[in-house]
Amino acid sequence: MAQLHFLANPARFRRFSQRALPVLSFATALALAVGLYLALVVSPPDYQQGEMVRIMFVHVPAAWIAMAGYMLLAALGASLLVWRHPLAALMARGAAPVGAVFCAVCLLTGSLWGRPMWGTYWVWDARLTSMLLLFFLYLGHIALSRAYDDPGRGDRAAAILALVGAINVPIIKFSVDWWNTLHQPASMMRLGGPAIHPAILTPLLVMAVALLLLYVVLVLLRTDTEIDRRRLELAEDVRGVAA
Amino acid sequence: MSHAPFIVGAYLVAFVALAGLVIVSLADRRRVRRDIAERGLERKR
Repeated sequence: MAQLHFLANPARFRRFSQRALPVLSFATALALAVGLYLALVVSPPDYQQGEMVRIMFVHVPAAWIAMAGYMLLAALGASLLVWRHPLAALMARGAAPVGAVFCAVCLLTGSLWGRPMWGTYWVWDARLTSMLLLFFLYLGHIALSRAYDDPGRGDRAAAILALVGAINVPIIKFSVDWWNTLHQPASMMRLGGPAIHPAILTPLLVMAVALLLLYVVLVLLRTDTEIDRRRLELAEDVRGVAA
Repeated sequence: MSHAPFIVGAYLVAFVALAGLVIVSLADRRRVRRDIAERGLERKR
């Protein structure tokens, strides 16, 4: 926690991100290369899904990251509203589009998996609908944070949406238990451990690490840009007042 | 039904979306840094 408070200063965060980005970018490329090799070459076909299981190596990590990314937005929203950390709003602005893209990847790859497996691209079942709602919450966050002339007002409005919308994340997770859905129940994060064969589990976890690293790289990169953009806006404001 | 188009399509969608985001993010960063340099706002080290 002390380290998080230390990094809440934008200048310190920038020094950290500029050192971490090259290392993390290299780790992302390496993990993606290994993950894709395991997912597309080494992994055997599933006994039920056949070759279609290969879509799961992108779809499932994208879903995890989209949900975790929204919880990050909620935590940043709380940090902004309660402690007024200057970095929280800038990081939320950087993280929201990244989460939205991961959410879109989850929805689109799931849809492509669904057509041959379920016979349809889309069905309004609880898991799919709540995931679509998460995508709209991301879009709402992006739109709200940019909707005001005063960026501070936009950041606070988006923070409230992030906190209210966080209720959707446990609904996504437990939707397959609470309602009768076409989507299969949890096979990874469940009591009794994963119900997945190690030959499938290994590429899934490596791809999850690779995509998580990519998410972190993109959030650091975009937060860094948001810090510079805020400096530019402040400089423009000062120039406007002076003129 | 052949599954190959769905698998290739899914990986293509993911690649276009994520690579596109990387490119847009880098281009945005470059543009903002250029604006900062034009206004002489670079940080002193």
